[in-house]
Amino acid sequence: MYISARPGVREIEVRPSSDTAPVIRGKVGPVVVLLGLTSLLTDVSSEMVVAVLPLFATVALGLSPTAYGAIEGLYQGTTAVVRLAGGFAGDRTGRPKTVAAVGYGLSAVCKLALVPVSGGAALAAVLAADRTGKGLRTAPRDAMIAASCDAALLGRAFGVHRAMDTAGALLGPLVAFAVLAAIPGAYSTIFGLSFAIALVGLAVLVFLTPGEGRPARVALEPVSASGVAALVVDPRLRRLLVATGLLSVLTVGDGFLYLALLHRSAIAATYFPLLLVGTACAYMVLSVPLGRVADRLGRPRVFVAGHLALGLAYLAAAGPPGGAIGLCACLLLLGAYYAATDGVLAAAAASLTPPQLRGSGIALAQTAVALGRLVAAVAFGLAWSRFGRDQALVGFAVLLLVVAPLAALLFRVPSQRSAAGR
Amino acid sequence: MSRRGVAFVLACVVAVVIGGAAIGLGRRNAAEAARPTAATAADLALDVATVRAGGYIAFRSTALGPTYGRLAVVPLAAPGGPRAVTSLECDRAYVTRAAGLCLSAARGAVTTYRATLLDAALSPRRGLPLAGIPSRARLSAAGTLAATTTFVGGHSYAQAGFSTATTVHSVAAGKDYGNLEDFAVIRAGKRYRSADLNIWGVTFGTGARFYATVGTKGRTYLAEGDLGARRLTTLRENAECPSLSPDGTRVAYKTRPDPAQPVWRLAVLDLATGVQTDLAETRNVDDQVEWLDDHRILYGLPAEGAATDVWVVPADGSGRPEILIPNAWSPSVVR
Repeated sequence: MYISARPGVREIEVRPSSDTAPVIRGKVGPVVVLLGLTSLLTDVSSEMVVAVLPLFATVALGLSPTAYGAIEGLYQGTTAVVRLAGGFAGDRTGRPKTVAAVGYGLSAVCKLALVPVSGGAALAAVLAADRTGKGLRTAPRDAMIAASCDAALLGRAFGVHRAMDTAGALLGPLVAFAVLAAIPGAYSTIFGLSFAIALVGLAVLVFLTPGEGRPARVALEPVSASGVAALVVDPRLRRLLVATGLLSVLTVGDGFLYLALLHRSAIAATYFPLLLVGTACAYMVLSVPLGRVADRLGRPRVFVAGHLALGLAYLAAAGPPGGAIGLCACLLLLGAYYAATDGVLAAAAASLTPPQLRGSGIALAQTAVALGRLVAAVAFGLAWSRFGRDQALVGFAVLLLVVAPLAALLFRVPSQRSAAGR
Repeated sequence: MSRRGVAFVLACVVAVVIGGAAIGLGRRNAAEAARPTAATAADLALDVATVRAGGYIAFRSTALGPTYGRLAVVPLAAPGGPRAVTSLECDRAYVTRAAGLCLSAARGAVTTYRATLLDAALSPRRGLPLAGIPSRARLSAAGTLAATTTFVGGHSYAQAGFSTATTVHSVAAGKDYGNLEDFAVIRAGKRYRSADLNIWGVTFGTGARFYATVGTKGRTYLAEGDLGARRLTTLRENAECPSLSPDGTRVAYKTRPDPAQPVWRLAVLDLATGVQTDLAETRNVDDQVEWLDDHRILYGLPAEGAATDVWVVPADGSGRPEILIPNAWSPSVVR
């Protein structure tokens, strides 16, 4: 009762009904921190490889940029299906930790497999396996985070995890280029080190992170494919999926946004790689605060607000040629979008899904995002060719700013009804 | 300590051993690569200014050792002999009698790329920013126009797939023609627009005329460009990375026998008759070729490991390919 008395929080109904526990102050549990540590180490490992991969492919392997681009494109689509499979496997076996460990292990082994790579085909195979590992582990790991903490603290827990994850992504390139600066051309050293770091991350998960033990599990129904299908029929999760898909269809890929900035500003051309760093910094810093805000004000609200920030980022990128301020504003808004949506969506999906189906529920929500973005990429390409780059960006921004409030309504209706039905 | 704790410590020890081994082996290999070989010692003995006095070929040296990746020159008369090596590291280079262009990566915490304009003596004069990984470099014959193609993207956060940025810069006037994607593209007599438009591989003709590749919707076109009118007109489908012959009558390029596969063959187009001649090189060549003279063409092919060789083949479809300069890449001929 005292929540509604808190200034700034209007009504308890704006939250999903399963999410009405009073706000608890305290620290996130050890599971979240340990999973965060695993993700941090794995991201250091992956990103140090990703950072040198274009150089390795073009300079050391002698692949043309065109061939490298083709390889990159090849493995982008593979994660969505694997992600669903990973989520379902974690639920079905009741062992999300084991499934996640297989995913982390596969990606770790891939780093070592890069050492003998000497051609495009081998590189493509290793990268595809690496992506498969990433797809496999994401949903069961998120289910573990969700299972480890109070429903009222989910947003913050995911915020902590994503902040640690992003910190790893920022550290990776620094480690890689420190190695390259000390030992020129030492790609094999980078891959070997990357494997060693991934191994420690895997060991944190396997040996230190409490997993599996779900006491309530025996009392629950066994998980089947039809159970997952029933999830989609559940009106609350379905509305979340529809709203998520709808917003994601208006999400232009970061690559397009960076290219727009590149055309706009001389600063962007000189420091092109720093655009990614700027976005990741904003994401890391904002992840925990926005997760907390989501726990207080309702995750759908923050999720929708994140898309409003994205719309503003498009306007900033399409606006009059700005100097450093316009550029920074755009990156800050883009980072805020990630902080307000990625972990928050996982938290929202987890809170709308029965505990034994959490992995599948989270995977479904993340797949809705992936499919939406796929459509968005095609639609944006068409809009760009038809109306021009800036016009297309402004168009997508306006659509986002209009659709986001509608999506908010979609989120709200069921939670009000279910609250009223009590 | 619990069994799990012991297992964790063991895993960390294994990781430290593997990491240490990776660093140790890397250092040993690097030390070995840096040791001068008999060949690189001979190369370092040759003077760049002496070679530059006559006709010469400039290229990126890929001979293993301390001079790997540096801009080098050989006399036209003895291309397979000792080379003179500059102190410049270039991933891609182009040199004319009047000026040079060197594209390189400045490796650091965040790798940035730059194009350096060189004077006639191959000394750095000033830099131009580059947005991505260097791919192609070209200067006009008089050294007054510079074109660079870079590969933008290729990072986990930027997943726009394949995208190039090709810019043309007037060396003399300090004027920038900007990204060629902003030029009007004319296909089959009509203005063509598409978001996935990529322009790469410029070769300069006389005056404002140039040739380049236009890529869109998985197809490539040879296009003739006009810097003054800011326009590109497509001439022919399935032709990439053109190179204009010294006499200006023919264009050599790479073409895909199967347009769905990234495997290229070299061909020469007679601009007056529109007849395409396939060259005797049957291997996959992914390079912007260079004309040795009006009758022979130079291009790079990968050899063992990180090494590459520069090959020569007649421009009329006859003969067979031969290695002209071993351990070389990105050649340009200074007559």
